[in-house]
Amino acid sequence: MRISGLLRRCAAAALIALLLPVLAACHGSRQTASFAVPDEVQLDRPFEITFWAKNDTNKTQTEIYQRAIADFESNYPNIHVNLRLYTDYGKIYNDVITNIQTGTTPDVCITYPDHIATYMSGAGVVVPLTGLIEDPRWGLGGSEVRFDAPREGEIIPEYLEECRIGGELYALPYMRSSEACYVNRTMVEQLGFRLPEDMLTWDFIWEVADAAAATRDTDGVYRINNQRVLLPFLYKSTDNMMIQYLKQADAPYAGENGEVLLFGEETKGFLRTIAEHTGREAFSTFKISGYPANFLNAGQCLFAVDSTAGSTWMGSDAPLVDISPDRLVQFETAVYPVPQIDPGNPRMISQGPSICLFNKPDPEQVIASWLFMQYLLTNDVQIAYAGTEGYVPVTSKARADSRYLDYLARAGEDNREHYAVKIAATRLVLDHTADTFITPVFNGSASLRDASGFLVESTVKAVRRKQAVDDDWFTKLYGDTRSLYRLDSLTGVSDSVETPLPAVSAGLLITLALTWLFILLYLLLQKMRKT
Amino acid sequence: MKKQIAVMAVAALTLSLAACGKQAQQAPADTPATFEDVKGEGVMTHAEYLAAAVEDAVTVETYVQGKQSWWDNKATLYTQDQDGAYFIYDAACSEEDYAKLTPGTKIKVTGYKAEWNGEIEIIDGQIEIESGNYVAPALDATSLLGTDSLADHQNEFVSFTGLTVEDKGDGQAFYYNWDNSGTKGDDLYFDVSTGGKTYSFTVESYLTDQDSSVYKTVEGLKIGDTIDCKGFLYWYEGANPHITEVVVK
Repeated sequence: MRISGLLRRCAAAALIALLLPVLAACHGSRQTASFAVPDEVQLDRPFEITFWAKNDTNKTQTEIYQRAIADFESNYPNIHVNLRLYTDYGKIYNDVITNIQTGTTPDVCITYPDHIATYMSGAGVVVPLTGLIEDPRWGLGGSEVRFDAPREGEIIPEYLEECRIGGELYALPYMRSSEACYVNRTMVEQLGFRLPEDMLTWDFIWEVADAAAATRDTDGVYRINNQRVLLPFLYKSTDNMMIQYLKQADAPYAGENGEVLLFGEETKGFLRTIAEHTGREAFSTFKISGYPANFLNAGQCLFAVDSTAGSTWMGSDAPLVDISPDRLVQFETAVYPVPQIDPGNPRMISQGPSICLFNKPDPEQVIASWLFMQYLLTNDVQIAYAGTEGYVPVTSKARADSRYLDYLARAGEDNREHYAVKIAATRLVLDHTADTFITPVFNGSASLRDASGFLVESTVKAVRRKQAVDDDWFTKLYGDTRSLYRLDSLTGVSDSVETPLPAVSAGLLITLALTWLFILLYLLLQKMRKT
Repeated sequence: MKKQIAVMAVAALTLSLAACGKQAQQAPADTPATFEDVKGEGVMTHAEYLAAAVEDAVTVETYVQGKQSWWDNKATLYTQDQDGAYFIYDAACSEEDYAKLTPGTKIKVTGYKAEWNGEIEIIDGQIEIESGNYVAPALDATSLLGTDSLADHQNEFVSFTGLTVEDKGDGQAFYYNWDNSGTKGDDLYFDVSTGGKTYSFTVESYLTDQDSSVYKTVEGLKIGDTIDCKGFLYWYEGANPHITEVVVK
């Protein structure tokens, strides 16, 4: 069982929206000198570093973290790593924010660039990595590194760029995934449709989903599955749904400097389409109905869109299943990229955890932490962790490793490590690295993402509740969403990252202050002379 | 000034988090057997609530039995009247009102009926505190375990007696998270058997956190222990009781 129920709809989303003002208030409230690699580094004394990690409620992932720590400590016996595990990015984010205030951030942390942008509201909190990466002694694969770390050029360039905020690298990618559409091929073909070779289009999915929903008989039973429940098209992350559609449509979402462009006509058009098919009972969402995997595996869903990192839950032979065995239905699972507008120009979201370093008063502590961060990119860790779900390693070095190639080649040999659906999802990410994108990162980008999902969820709910989804309704929805996610108060990255004033600006301000001082002194002297 | 605002914001945040506190909620049943529960104008009976379709607007009067969490002006509550239970998910509720809710508090909830992976609940609700008090006695549902009738008591406060703690795996009596991937503070999962069948129970960490009595008791369970349990009959693809009390016999 993945969850006990109440964590289910991720309070994280709400936390993020709520915490933004807190972060805004702590803008510059605790400052740490920015980090620079010291000339002399002594790492032969004891160090204790803290690593906050996220797993997908997956025991194997936990074990991989523990093994990585043990292996790292065997290389550096004087550096001890304390692991704190989370199963929710939102909780990590929440705890980091609280600990920024008290100066008790972890040393190394799994996170998302969206979140880092907010952490950076406190000056010097997050360590910029360029200097560390390029350092000949301690940098990636540097002379003082005691293990086989990747070089900078061996990190997949697209993924490295995702970690750049305001021109500087503030994170390294750890794992990458995307979304996949898991399809009950058996049921699609029973309806008389033929799945395309490579790509699904939105139009195709809507057409098949409508046809499936239309099989409901007067007795309430759907003839396509002989059950009373059928959710033909079910989407897990509706924020991704909206973001990917807008990207594919080349429609506005957010400006590079944090301008909110979500509330346009293209967004409304997509919401109208969603409303239309929801009205035909062809579409629902995770937040409204539940985990797509549960419906897919029970033969109650034809198209389930979820992360590739959720692939071990998908399909009749999935190694992880939340429904009782008597409800499992046998069918053939096909794995596709998310639906596209133009199959010839596919676009899909890049997601997955990154790693950042938090600054500390002791620069040698930061170097010790940086070494552990590098260790997480070694082939051993990358290959092992990627194999737990539909993740891909973030280095070409790991991808070319014979152990990884062997893992991919053995797809379908068993329904555990080599589960065919999981490796198909993995291949999807590997094959489409160049087709992935991320959204602009700025202080508040996490809220804008949540707002995107809220628009979809609200539209689906409104239709299901028989409300009129018309122009007036959209006007109100847009207004409510802006207000709920405080989007009108968002500032772009240029405002969010507190950096020292440029020398010219500082000089100008000092000159201005001196000028006023001289004017006041002059006036004072004049007055004294008169008296 | 910014620093002061930051300190105040953090203090407010800390208070908010504290409000999510997780102590066992259900007080002993002390409501008289002759308790008369008169529903207000336009309020559904439990039977009418059950008969309503998913996404229908619903209005119920019910009594808080357990408080699960409060965040961002939203409360999640286990509630019940004499006829059955209503799980209230993320209803609009100020922190001030949330503090007023204690086991037995009468509330009026207006929202929409929903079903999430089998759990019947009210979402997008508004809460209004009313005058009245009722604490539901625990229904002994031991004999209903494994039967279809158990679903009739979804979300009710129930008890199970004479259960045997089983090996959750690797010789452990409980797991942190469903697959033991978690650590102290995460949900606890433990297996119990009765009548030759085994069932999975949960200590939901939002409801009863690591400092609660039930959390500590479950952490101390041994395989083979005989226990009595009480809790709320939450549902997730089947019965998934959120246990609030465990007594080792």
